[in-house]
Amino acid sequence: MNASSMVLQGVGVGRGAVWGPVATVRPAPVVPADEPAPADPAAAKEKVLAAFAAVAAGLRAQAAGATATVADVLTATAQMADDPALRTQTSQRIDKGEPPLHALVAVVDSFAVMFTAAGGYLAERVTDLNSVRDRVVARYQGLPEPGVPPLERPSVIVAPDLSPADTAALDLDKVLGIVIEQGGPTGHTAIIAGQLGLPCVVRATGSSALVDGDVVAVDAAHGTVTRDPDDAMKAAVETRRAGLATLAEATADGATSDGHRIALLANIGTAEDAERLTAAAVEGVGLFRTEVLFLGAATAPTEDDQAAVYARAMAALDGRKVVLRTLDAGADKPLAFVTQAGEENPALGVRGYRLVRHAEGLLRTQLAAVARAAKQTGGAPWVMAPMIATVEEARQFAAMARTAGIATVGVMVEIPAAALRARDILAEVDFVSLGTNDLAQYTMAADRLLGSLVDLLDAWQPAVLDLVAATAAAGVDTGKPVGVCGESAADPVMALLLTGLGITSLSMSPSAVPAVRFALSRHDLPTCRAIGEAARRAPTAGEARAAALALVDPQVREVLALG
Amino acid sequence: MSQRTVVIASRVGLHARPASLFTQAVAASGAQVTIGKPGGPSMDASSILMVMALGIGHGEEVVLESEDDGVLDQLVTLLETDLDAE
Repeated sequence: MNASSMVLQGVGVGRGAVWGPVATVRPAPVVPADEPAPADPAAAKEKVLAAFAAVAAGLRAQAAGATATVADVLTATAQMADDPALRTQTSQRIDKGEPPLHALVAVVDSFAVMFTAAGGYLAERVTDLNSVRDRVVARYQGLPEPGVPPLERPSVIVAPDLSPADTAALDLDKVLGIVIEQGGPTGHTAIIAGQLGLPCVVRATGSSALVDGDVVAVDAAHGTVTRDPDDAMKAAVETRRAGLATLAEATADGATSDGHRIALLANIGTAEDAERLTAAAVEGVGLFRTEVLFLGAATAPTEDDQAAVYARAMAALDGRKVVLRTLDAGADKPLAFVTQAGEENPALGVRGYRLVRHAEGLLRTQLAAVARAAKQTGGAPWVMAPMIATVEEARQFAAMARTAGIATVGVMVEIPAAALRARDILAEVDFVSLGTNDLAQYTMAADRLLGSLVDLLDAWQPAVLDLVAATAAAGVDTGKPVGVCGESAADPVMALLLTGLGITSLSMSPSAVPAVRFALSRHDLPTCRAIGEAARRAPTAGEARAAALALVDPQVREVLALG
Repeated sequence: MSQRTVVIASRVGLHARPASLFTQAVAASGAQVTIGKPGGPSMDASSILMVMALGIGHGEEVVLESEDDGVLDQLVTLLETDLDAE
């Protein structure tokens, strides 16, 4: 690091990184403390009202040339500048002989105090209010409105805070990133920066010390702002920038660099989720959690109701793969009409497929609904049952599903018993899918809802990895697909390990897909296998992840900010 | 002076976009309209700041008052819609 280096810590928005010169934002105009009372209150009032109108008109003009989200923000701010209460209260104070700008500030402050006290959404609107105030004060004094200066070269914008209007007015071709000292990760600046894909650090304490001409590196993944970065840091930033750009545009099917295919799929809960995937670069749905349809219902949804929902999802996916999981109720997802009251250990009780013991009709209705939806849409859904422990259960489910007309039948592997005997289970069904969250819970005897046990629930726990590896090996031996649909599929390092073990598909939240696709595309299958072997030799979860990470391509580590 | 009581349908309550659409509709009508919680003070319904400051949540009742029955009916219809969903 250079002698003049200084590292500020804030909260990053997104994963981006960038370096460049600082452009500080024009500060808010100052209201003179000795502002005189107006000689002519009527004229002063006219002048303030004209300033309000000019500010509102300026914001509306900007909104007209902006994209939808940005235009909404600008219009909302313009509406504040037009607000009758703000104008009337300011006028009344001027009528009473108060200096006009003091009157304006007092009125805005009274709203700001009220909004801040209310907290949440209203508190975040205080930035908008203050922005209107500063603009009106500047107009009144005949000064340019405060905010971002015209940029002569690509720059990192540094400000105490940016109003949404300031953010919206940015000349994006010349904005490299944004650093603000205030604000929050859910504030307007953060949201808009996120949508625009600009690296952004909010709450960067000490950033007011930065001046025009300073050079900074902004790392959103780590929430840091470094003044006068050295060449190594600049190079790392460039790597991440280029990598993220490729990553965002990639739509290829999942594969390793040597062409070994791994299907990248999405986890969904509703037909609406399926419809949102229309434009997404995923190869289908690896987990359709159908219980969302059932939860909150007083009685079981009818076959007609269910078929309509499944058909809608299949139609939206238009021939892409879809794996439906049958009702997984019980434990943390109780269901009014089937869950048995008074279980002492609901996670170990009648849940998932076990409901068939006293409510077989429920499953038969669901399977019939899926089969009907498939016929209607010409889809070929895969269907799997959750919480299978034994070969008999797998056999029984497969028979029921095939009788109903389902062509491809599978089961979830989330109980250690099923993982240990995966080969026998795969003899009964066409595929299995690992639910790593429940598998970790049952392997480690740790309630997955208990935050205090989160270290035990780590999918990198060697015992959990052993069970995943055993299941994957059974799939390789039998030539049948073994997918992973737990959260671990979304971890790019774990995704490489799973690929190395022989897993054939990874299903995750759609937003996690680009990073996993990128990681896979930068490693060949032998490397993935080596990652699997190295991780499995480690005696602890921490060492397993470290061993895997050590074999990950340094560029991928840098781009995805994997620590 | 006519009065209407209406339950807010928008899921976010009368904030953000719903508050913006509502106050714009009031301003566009040209009528004097007030809004308040039942038993609470009445505010200028064309002021987004006053409307937001009332802090009206989803499912809460508000009382609208105006001389113009036609405008009141339009505003009731508006508030009975989930404005955030559109």
